[in-house]
Amino acid sequence: MDLAEIQKVMLGVIQQPLTPSEGMRKRTLDGRPVKKIVDQVIKPNDRLTSFERLEIYNRVYWFRLLSSFMEDFSGLRAILGHRAFEKLATAYLYELPSESFTLRNLGSRLEAWLRKNPKYTPKTPRLALDMARLEWADIDVFDQGELPKLGPGDLSTLGEDPVFHFQPYIRLLDLAYPVDDLLLEIRRHEEAQENDIASNVVVERTHEPQGKRWSVPKREKVLLAVHRQNGEDIFFKRLEPEAFALLRALLRGKPLSQAIEESVNWTQGKIEDITGQLHEWFANWSSLGWFCKPPAE
Amino acid sequence: MPANRFNGYTDYGVGIGLRIPHYNHILEKKPVVDWFEIISENFMIDGGRPLRVLDQILDQYRVVQHGVSMYFGSAQPLNREHLRRLKTLTKRTKTPWLTDHLCWGSVDGKYSHDLLPMPYTFEAARKTAQNIREVRDFLEIPIAVENVSSYAEFHVSEMTEWEFLNEVVERADCGMLLDVNNIYVSSQNHNFDPFDYVNSVDPERVAQIHIAGHSKFEKYILDTHDHPVLDPVWNLYARAIERAGPTATLLEWDDHIPSFDEVHQEALKAKKFIKNKAEEKPVNGNGLGRPYAHPDPPYAAEKARV
Repeated sequence: MDLAEIQKVMLGVIQQPLTPSEGMRKRTLDGRPVKKIVDQVIKPNDRLTSFERLEIYNRVYWFRLLSSFMEDFSGLRAILGHRAFEKLATAYLYELPSESFTLRNLGSRLEAWLRKNPKYTPKTPRLALDMARLEWADIDVFDQGELPKLGPGDLSTLGEDPVFHFQPYIRLLDLAYPVDDLLLEIRRHEEAQENDIASNVVVERTHEPQGKRWSVPKREKVLLAVHRQNGEDIFFKRLEPEAFALLRALLRGKPLSQAIEESVNWTQGKIEDITGQLHEWFANWSSLGWFCKPPAE
Repeated sequence: MPANRFNGYTDYGVGIGLRIPHYNHILEKKPVVDWFEIISENFMIDGGRPLRVLDQILDQYRVVQHGVSMYFGSAQPLNREHLRRLKTLTKRTKTPWLTDHLCWGSVDGKYSHDLLPMPYTFEAARKTAQNIREVRDFLEIPIAVENVSSYAEFHVSEMTEWEFLNEVVERADCGMLLDVNNIYVSSQNHNFDPFDYVNSVDPERVAQIHIAGHSKFEKYILDTHDHPVLDPVWNLYARAIERAGPTATLLEWDDHIPSFDEVHQEALKAKKFIKNKAEEKPVNGNGLGRPYAHPDPPYAAEKARV
């Protein structure tokens, strides 16, 4: 067996989900006997069989990923309960193993996966989806870059029907539940435990208690901007429908006139209602530093 | 040899890992620390708090980058996006040398986020050395590779771990980050004498040393970085310093992290060994455990305590 084959075989086994008692499976999910595979590659010693030696890596793999995923999606876990969350996390991480060198991106494909797999959130699919989207936006906004802000002197260069450029740390979410309030409440109840995102430490797993049961909030349409201030503080800012639609179009690179049109169409409102508030909205967004200078030619 | 071409001819002393729970203490109290080691991957980002903190640290401290996912030992090509981001960070930190592990951890773009052990074969040594050379050529800074703790061995291995390490660093002409805690952990898991390891590596290639704590389980030892350094590891450290000379040393403490002062005080114990070496005093009688001479079979001694 050459190096490439050994690595492929070994990672294939390490990424197999654990048994309910957190051991290595006897058969892979596609039915191959794990002992036979492992015995060909790993040497036993006087205390551990080949199977037991690789099991250490198998366990550490899942403990590390589940722990990181749980830290990133504590709101989703609070909604679903620990057991259902862990089932969801294991299925997601097995189907879509990390393709990034950093654990930061573990949840990058969760929204799309949840839309395809509602069976993991049977009681509250939309609430769970909204919470996952909000928590991923929170992660994504945290370490985005910051570009030079648009100054008053730059406004004259934008033309009559301007296209605006925005900071990379703004995400818009159209939510069916007030998960912003819920997440803040959940976080207030949880002890903040700050750990490095990436570390070379091999960890043993801490078994999480079930925790407080959170009641499902009433449905409420919430239009939200997740953004950053002072370089590091993340805020959830609720927007009026007209402002949300306008901003969404502008973020997609539409010129102002088209963005206004989209806002009118989306809200079924009057154009006067939008143009009448433009000054106030732009002043607010500008004060938040959301606009940035156009990229250099 | 405090300074050599593998650590950018620097003489950095004793540092500690920069960890989030200590950010406020460091920025507010500005403690005197020889240097900080950062986990590169935590800062290979575009903005936000991590980079703001890093910039404040860089204003006042020397920083060395340590990576956990370059995977020098991977049979497949290196991740170019990873390399590009890493190079951007090296320009920010001006790290005089860069370290990552003698391991692999991904296949076909799927990541384990672990430091998986190498089969000790000549094929693996050739491929690993080639990867290290590619990284060094791209980053244009000295590279040192770190030996990992391991819990498994391979049927195909053709040499010992230390022979493999020597083979790789000679082929790549790079330095080594000698982790004496990892040597100890692996020695217990694989029944070898850790002093054979330390005595066999080329001392002129040692760019840096890691020390850390570990945890004992019934049938193996795990590299957990959540304890003070244990005596057997200090003994190995003393021997490493005796062979390599006073060398940049870093205490890793990554889980159940105590106060900054506690971590720093633990790290500073290393200074006694460095000072003794510099003054060529015997290491005995320093209150840090047994002398470096290794009279007992290490595995037997540890097994009795399990």
